[in-house]
Amino acid sequence: MTRTGSPLVRRVLLGVLGVVVLAAVWELYKALGPATGVMIGDLTVLPRTSDLAMPHVWDMVARLFRPVRSAGDDELMWQAVLEASFFSLGVAAVGWLVGVVVGMLLAIVMQRFRTAESALLPWIVLSQTVPLIAIAPLVKRWGSQIEIGEFSWENWMSVALIASYLAFFPVSIGALRGLESPDVNHVELMRTYSVGWWATLIRLRLPASVPYLLPALRLAAANAVIGTVVAEVSIGLRGGIGRMIVEYAAAAGGDPAKPWAPIFGAVVVGLLAAGVVALIGLALTRYRRGETPA
Amino acid sequence: MSTEPAASGHAVAQGQPVASARPAAVSVAGVGKVFASRKGTDVTALEAVDLTIAPGEFVSLIGPSGCGKSTLLRLIADLDTPTSGSIEVFGKTARQARIDQAYGIAFQQAGLLPWRTVRANIELPLELHKVGKADRAARSSELLALVGLSDFADKYPDQLSGGMQQRVAIARSLAESPGLLLMDEPFGALDEMTRERMQTELVRICAETGAAVVFVTHSIPEAVFLSNRVVVMSPRPGRIRDVIAVDLGRAEGRDEGLREADSFFEAVVAVRESLHGESAGAPAARGVDIR
Repeated sequence: MTRTGSPLVRRVLLGVLGVVVLAAVWELYKALGPATGVMIGDLTVLPRTSDLAMPHVWDMVARLFRPVRSAGDDELMWQAVLEASFFSLGVAAVGWLVGVVVGMLLAIVMQRFRTAESALLPWIVLSQTVPLIAIAPLVKRWGSQIEIGEFSWENWMSVALIASYLAFFPVSIGALRGLESPDVNHVELMRTYSVGWWATLIRLRLPASVPYLLPALRLAAANAVIGTVVAEVSIGLRGGIGRMIVEYAAAAGGDPAKPWAPIFGAVVVGLLAAGVVALIGLALTRYRRGETPA
Repeated sequence: MSTEPAASGHAVAQGQPVASARPAAVSVAGVGKVFASRKGTDVTALEAVDLTIAPGEFVSLIGPSGCGKSTLLRLIADLDTPTSGSIEVFGKTARQARIDQAYGIAFQQAGLLPWRTVRANIELPLELHKVGKADRAARSSELLALVGLSDFADKYPDQLSGGMQQRVAIARSLAESPGLLLMDEPFGALDEMTRERMQTELVRICAETGAAVVFVTHSIPEAVFLSNRVVVMSPRPGRIRDVIAVDLGRAEGRDEGLREADSFFEAVVAVRESLHGESAGAPAARGVDIR
């Protein structure tokens, strides 16, 4: 895309505007809402507006530029958060990559063999109904028993594995639809060229699957990030955003703005992940053209 | 206008030298096709079809929907296999002919790959068959010139009109210089004016390449304008009712003026009457189906 000059500026401005509006709504509710929160019966539907429950936006931002422990001379909060963010992003990226590869392979096998589709698809769907908290300890335990020569399983690998467990699902479903998307026309054309399944896959099915694959990759990226953060907590992996959120939440009593810092970090990780997928989409632009019907 | 019985089954190409050593482009003998349906009610799509097409001959298959004309084309292309009888293409089995790329094919939908440029679409079969880059580029330039799209080589299919897309599809079908072109209503989705222009171009292209053509169509004027012979088919079960020779002169002479000539009208009438099952234009050499 070449003519994105002004539309790009527009989109960035709109994005910034969205954040500003969110902050404004936050402050407006904090100023006007009841101190005890809004209740319907016993149910709290809107939070309390105390500084403890809802710190001022500027307090949360200002907290980022103070040391991690208010008293000491640690590194600044934003530095610590950024480090943790990149750590989590790295683990999520590994999980995403594994998930994408596994998802693609499953989709290709299912496209190739109809029986495989009947046999695998229900299990793939079922796999996503297992709660993450249930499998995390299992993965950790199994992993700790793996030791092959120099190689030993580490906790971050368990986290990446769980991230990939969430990431592979949309990829396998999206890719399967994409691989099966070419017209009968195109498939028969390849047959008249008497080329085999492999050439048809490379020249026809894979390129045709791109429009279905990109949304799946974006979903997989979001899933990988969520999976990483949650798995960090349940496996107890240090160094990432997930653990940081839990640790800082404990400090909320004396320092209400502190727990929000890693939450911003998690948002940054999500944005970066989405950005990478958008770049992939940009690189594949020519596979996203629609043929106008003759 | 002369008509001849369907079952004569011999290469008849008026005004064309038929080299005796060369095998027929297409030879269909006693072919039937039954589609088995799940409910147990088999559908007979084709029955006892005999047809021989000489090299360089242009033959149209015409008939109402469900008469099996597309099925016959698909059998020749080896996209389906006949239930009975045999099909030979240039003396080889249909399957071997497909493997040897003896024919090029074009469907009603242009079927271009949207992520490839016009040039890359034309080069697709060459690329799949490992033709070198330089040779591919030379051949696609030649074909682009042939179909008059040299200026559009780097455009994508969605930037082209329907007629242009279809011209690209025809160029692609000619990429490997096949001796036989199979076309399944390639102009069916085009408007009338584009359609007539494409027909004129197809006649020119066929004259330049010397390929035999099997052309499936719904349109009587289209069949008459293009063909050396028009094969009229009847439905349920699909069989050949008539083969009508059209003598409109060599391809080079066919132009827009021909569409208004008396000989053109006479041929159209003959095909029409045969299609509608009237015996007036068709001497009862073979019983005409009346039901």
